[in-house]
Amino acid sequence: MAAITFEHISKRFGSVNANSDVSFSVNKGEILALLGENGSGKTTLMNMLSGIYYPDEGRILVDDKPVSIRGPREAYALGIGMVHQHFKLVDVFTAAENLVVGLEPDKKLDRKEIAADIKEICDKYKFDVNPDKKVYDMSVSEKQTLEIVKVLYRGANILILDEPTAVLTPQETERLFNVLRNMKQDGKTVIIITHKLHEVLSISDRVAILRKGEYIETVETAEATEEKLTELMVGKKVDLEIERPEIEDKKLRLEVRNLSCINNEGIKILKDISFDLYGGEILGIAGISGNGQKELLEAIAGLNLIEEGGSVKYHQPDTEDPVELKGMTPRRIRDLGVQLSFVPEDRLGMGLVGSMGMTENMMLKDYNSGRGIFTSKKAPKELAEKIMEELEVVTPGVTTPVRRLSGGNVQKVLVGREIAASPTVLMTAYAVRGLDINTSYTIYHLLNEQKKKGVAVIYVGEDLDVLLALCDRILVLCGGQANGILDGRTADKQEVGRRMSVIVGKEGEGHE
Amino acid sequence: MNSFITLFQAAVAFGTVILFGCVGEILTERAGNLNLGVPGIMYLGGIASLASVFIYEGSTDSPSGIVCVIIAMVSAFIASALGGLIYAFLTITLKANQNVCGLTLTIFGGGVANFFGGSLNTLAGRFESVSVPATSAAFRQTLPGISGAGIVGKLFFSYGFMVYFAIAVAVIVHVFLHHTRRGLNLRTVGESPQTADAAGINVDKNKYLAICIGAGISGFGGVYYVMDYIKGTWANDGSIEKLGWLAVALVIFTTWKASHAIWGSYLFGLLYWMYYYIPGLTRRSQELFKMLPYAVTLLVLIVNSMKSSRDKQPPHSLGLAYFREER
Repeated sequence: MAAITFEHISKRFGSVNANSDVSFSVNKGEILALLGENGSGKTTLMNMLSGIYYPDEGRILVDDKPVSIRGPREAYALGIGMVHQHFKLVDVFTAAENLVVGLEPDKKLDRKEIAADIKEICDKYKFDVNPDKKVYDMSVSEKQTLEIVKVLYRGANILILDEPTAVLTPQETERLFNVLRNMKQDGKTVIIITHKLHEVLSISDRVAILRKGEYIETVETAEATEEKLTELMVGKKVDLEIERPEIEDKKLRLEVRNLSCINNEGIKILKDISFDLYGGEILGIAGISGNGQKELLEAIAGLNLIEEGGSVKYHQPDTEDPVELKGMTPRRIRDLGVQLSFVPEDRLGMGLVGSMGMTENMMLKDYNSGRGIFTSKKAPKELAEKIMEELEVVTPGVTTPVRRLSGGNVQKVLVGREIAASPTVLMTAYAVRGLDINTSYTIYHLLNEQKKKGVAVIYVGEDLDVLLALCDRILVLCGGQANGILDGRTADKQEVGRRMSVIVGKEGEGHE
Repeated sequence: MNSFITLFQAAVAFGTVILFGCVGEILTERAGNLNLGVPGIMYLGGIASLASVFIYEGSTDSPSGIVCVIIAMVSAFIASALGGLIYAFLTITLKANQNVCGLTLTIFGGGVANFFGGSLNTLAGRFESVSVPATSAAFRQTLPGISGAGIVGKLFFSYGFMVYFAIAVAVIVHVFLHHTRRGLNLRTVGESPQTADAAGINVDKNKYLAICIGAGISGFGGVYYVMDYIKGTWANDGSIEKLGWLAVALVIFTTWKASHAIWGSYLFGLLYWMYYYIPGLTRRSQELFKMLPYAVTLLVLIVNSMKSSRDKQPPHSLGLAYFREER
């Protein structure tokens, strides 16, 4: 029996077709994975089910009855609840307050009663939520748990989870999947949006695939393989192997010793980090977001003040003596060949100016190379055109404001610009964040090209599978501390995940 | 002692004007809208009450105090809420810039009020200014017996009803915002309209109501100023505007909590009138002392930003328009 049926659903945003003529159904009591690349319309489709958007065409059936979901309230009334990728929680409220937002406005705000209700749900599905904890004090995983409890509290029978594992460690992901299995046992229907293939295979009963806003088909998970799913998702065969060339002649480039940093709030965000970085290798940095990855790269790039006692020694290709980077201005460090390409969550927030075209964004990095007080646009324009061609950036032209480009294309511009500066040390953070599979593989390829040229690459990533496939060594950060450097060829995913969340004593030291 | 009592009384009277303005603005800002039109709204409230009771008092020989008060309050609330409605329509429906709309409303309110205030003065006669004695007397009526008795009576019971009404409104707004589910919903709108929307809260309706009711409350500040503070007259000297800005500053001082506004407003009054009671000040140094409330607000801003306590920050979406289908 179908819990949800989509019939010829279409939705447009301006000139963009987010969904066109999507028809399929979700069975009662199953876990359905909705698979598709970024921009394939998964979230838009689910937003129509949860009442955030309203379809332009087509209709939705719940329990085989046509319904009109005009807003989230109607969705909840039909038993549909969604856990959004960007949590819909109010930071300054407690868990209990967040739970009742929007519910029964005329009822008393009895925080004790709400706490009791939370406990009941938590006991049933084996959750742990502290009702009096403020959301700003919660970890990502706690916030997600709260979101799920919130949806259940509203009596949802159909749960939609949008990319729930993007921010979780493998252990947390496993715990989440257990909860989802408990819900399935309880007769609830679960739709999980994701683009991680191994998760699709491990949790779902069936997989529905969207590509460029269109529905492709639904396959039984038992009969699916990663290769088959990718082909359906991308529309062509994609080689899922990430190459990892072995470079023989590695030269020491960076010696980081006892690096500590303090953030704006006066909290020690990096503690005593030491590692070496060689040319011709990719050093991966793993860690739950907010554990110091960003600060580490910024400290090396001269954007963060390094505390007393730390040092960053840089061995230039042609000279004997190392240079101390600590205390240098970011410009000076960059001129020495140490490039930082940081892809922030808000891609346009850092690194690019949205209202400028590609050419002008290229100029941001060498604005002072013109003649006198006038800028010269010739070189940056050529560079912009080169990046546009080589990375297949889809844009009307190099003068089109980058804000109007899609996320993936913006990112290509950002990464392309850093690589174009032909650095000796290239640091990238979240280089493939939000990119589709094809573009991601283009970026991995670009990084490997740099590695082959003898560039020392630091790659901060979120996807552990990619880190393990791409990197020669992996430095795990946990609470701002270096929690071991593992060999990318032999490291085990569970081990990396464990080190991301628990400090492990060094061998033979008996660390408590 | 006597000078302290008069200072205290002056502070309470002064504080009551900005308490209304501030509490109304807290309600508005909790919904995520920064309404810089508070001075203009207080102007609108003041002139609406004055004009309507002027007509009423002129139409009858023996005006009733209670009727005067009701007419003044109702007309002020309506006029101020209409001012708020203009702002709400511009910023919510048309999604115009909140700062610009608010400032425009201040200029608009001041212009309208002073135009009609001038007209009323002309109507009242060539050499007199407008006055509404019956209404003013009703507003300034204190509790007989207790108000003059002893220090306690003078300190706490020597005021017209608006002083106590202001405290009551502040308490009600505080209880509403922090102890009811509707208040929780409203705060959600101000913190994160996306969250509110996803939770099935009507964001626009909440914002409209909060802004209009908030403006209505702010407008009472104008009523109190006209009827009690300057005893039922009109002055084209821009003092309402000055008080309106202080009310906006007070919102920051209270860290968006109506309960803090009660003592905060009197503290502002105290700081403002202090120069009058400090001996040996020249006219020039007096002006420095009048600056104190602003200096204290700056100090609070600095302290709060240094402590970086999440609970003392402005509503997270303050000043931002909400687009649902933005991607």
